[in-house]
Amino acid sequence: MTDTKKQLRIALRNCGLIDPEKIEEYIAQDGYFALGKCLTEFSPEETIAEIKKSGLRGRGGGGFPTGLKWEITNNVKAEQKYVVCNADEGDPGAFMDRSILEGDPHSVLEAMAICGYCIGADKGLIYIRAEYPLAIERLKIAIKQAREIGLLGNEILGKSFNFDIELRYGAGAFVCGEETALIHSMEGLRGEPTFKPPFPSVSGYMGKPTNVNNVETFASIPVIINKGASWFNKIGTEKSKGTKVFALAGKINNVGLVEVPMGTTLREVVYEIGGGIVNGKEFKSVQTGGPSGGCLTQNFLDTPIDYDNLVEAGSMMGSGGMIVMDEDDCMVSIAKFYLEFTLEESCGKCTPCRVGNKRLHEILEKITEGKGTVEDIDRLKVLSNVIKDTSLCGLGQSSPNPVLSTIANFENEYLAHVEDGKCPAGQCKSLLRYDIVEDLCTGCTLCFRNCPVGAITGERRAPHYIDQSLCIKCGVCFEKCKFNAITLT
Amino acid sequence: MLKIKSLADLNRIREELKSGNGRGGNKNIQEQLVQIKVGMATCGIASGAKDIMKLFIEECENQAIDVEVHQTGCLGYCYAEPMVEVRLPDSKPVVFGYVDKKRAKQIIEKYIIQGEQIEGEIPISFQTIYD
Repeated sequence: MTDTKKQLRIALRNCGLIDPEKIEEYIAQDGYFALGKCLTEFSPEETIAEIKKSGLRGRGGGGFPTGLKWEITNNVKAEQKYVVCNADEGDPGAFMDRSILEGDPHSVLEAMAICGYCIGADKGLIYIRAEYPLAIERLKIAIKQAREIGLLGNEILGKSFNFDIELRYGAGAFVCGEETALIHSMEGLRGEPTFKPPFPSVSGYMGKPTNVNNVETFASIPVIINKGASWFNKIGTEKSKGTKVFALAGKINNVGLVEVPMGTTLREVVYEIGGGIVNGKEFKSVQTGGPSGGCLTQNFLDTPIDYDNLVEAGSMMGSGGMIVMDEDDCMVSIAKFYLEFTLEESCGKCTPCRVGNKRLHEILEKITEGKGTVEDIDRLKVLSNVIKDTSLCGLGQSSPNPVLSTIANFENEYLAHVEDGKCPAGQCKSLLRYDIVEDLCTGCTLCFRNCPVGAITGERRAPHYIDQSLCIKCGVCFEKCKFNAITLT
Repeated sequence: MLKIKSLADLNRIREELKSGNGRGGNKNIQEQLVQIKVGMATCGIASGAKDIMKLFIEECENQAIDVEVHQTGCLGYCYAEPMVEVRLPDSKPVVFGYVDKKRAKQIIEKYIIQGEQIEGEIPISFQTIYD
């Protein structure tokens, strides 16, 4: 770790500092003051104006301007409205929302109340996956404490503002992070997305106007109110303000959470904060945006990270998962991994996503088995674009992204698989080949005795041979041989 | 705690908490106690933080050390869990990573009781809005 202060923590400001099960500690950190300030000093419209001025954009992935969303929901006239917190964090390798809810649950509750005040809702719902038991437990404690002390409930801080929050549990379906599917799931229906418009801000939960924001978005709100929009909008880049939390995972030394100002480069995140690649290996790629995102190469290491630059680079911000890959990772297999995830999580409602992704997966499978052709790469591209263009929701529309971005950035690796029958990273087992070098083999029989499938033959003190038709490429012989007589190609 | 019925109430309670009746990340409270925070988010617990927290509570009680042990969330250094932050009276907090039982005992014996510097400190590499 070289530089030590690249990080600025806004959403994570209290995580690891306060006891999340004690509301007193949150209050001592100016907790609920933003709510107090809004209720006493600002009208809902003024508060919304402040959020708009801050430039805050949705941290769940879409990047929609938060203030604008609140304004739209506020402008819809209705007796009942809802504030929903999307805590259905589902990207592989992303865990920032969990960490915020486990470390600082009150910041989310406070922001939801502020949102309720702004849009005219008296009810908040947190949709959280049941796979986060600790976060649920801490939220329950936080809600109970806030009610007891009067910061949730009726006539909050002596004002004519009522707001209460309940939890709704999800079963951990990825598609339920999509807001229309999330709302259906909360209503007790199948978690399937529906066409927008109408947007939830017009017709959402129970057909009422509903404002859905992500955990991290909410966690940033109290700071914007307390420190002012003009403090917040000085951080970041022209179109992406503030900070973003990233969950670093994969082949990186400092696995964990970081929060950096928008515009920090990938290199700073990976090498300076993240401590570089495990075992000093070569950086290959970083995957952002989860199954909807893409893989960035080292050419993008110096690109300032913000919403627009990531899209331009062929990936997306997503919820902030960053999976780092090194020279030993096969990009075709990585694309296949993400498609496996999509296959499992596709709700099956529309054909391009349900069937198309299956076909994409089959082609990738074929390539990793060494049976692919150059035409298969073109087929992948065509099919990917069809799925993108014709799927109903964001899951389908973005599911081919890992395939397209790995082809765009690592076409050579695909070609090595289909043309030379080689996997450059040595990951695709079907493309590996173990051979015994005759001159080096002493006939010690060690490999023969350890081969689990009896693929090795040979007399004692004479060179041995591997029967390629029987070999399962387990690599045991390679590891056992004391004379370096076995090669891997 | 009483109900908070106005912004003035909230203000008063905050000042009380900051001046010593409460705890937390604020700086000028209960300076005379050794304060220990154990990271107890999912990442910490998965690495064994519950046992470490228990060990600190029991061991400090056995040795009659005047200490407060709290739980807290994740500092973001998930690779180094379990993590423990120790603040000795009149000093800056120090964060230790990879705290297993052996290390925990070492922290109590060497750092807390004898005030010796020990290895394994994780430098805090971020600013918060409070800095």
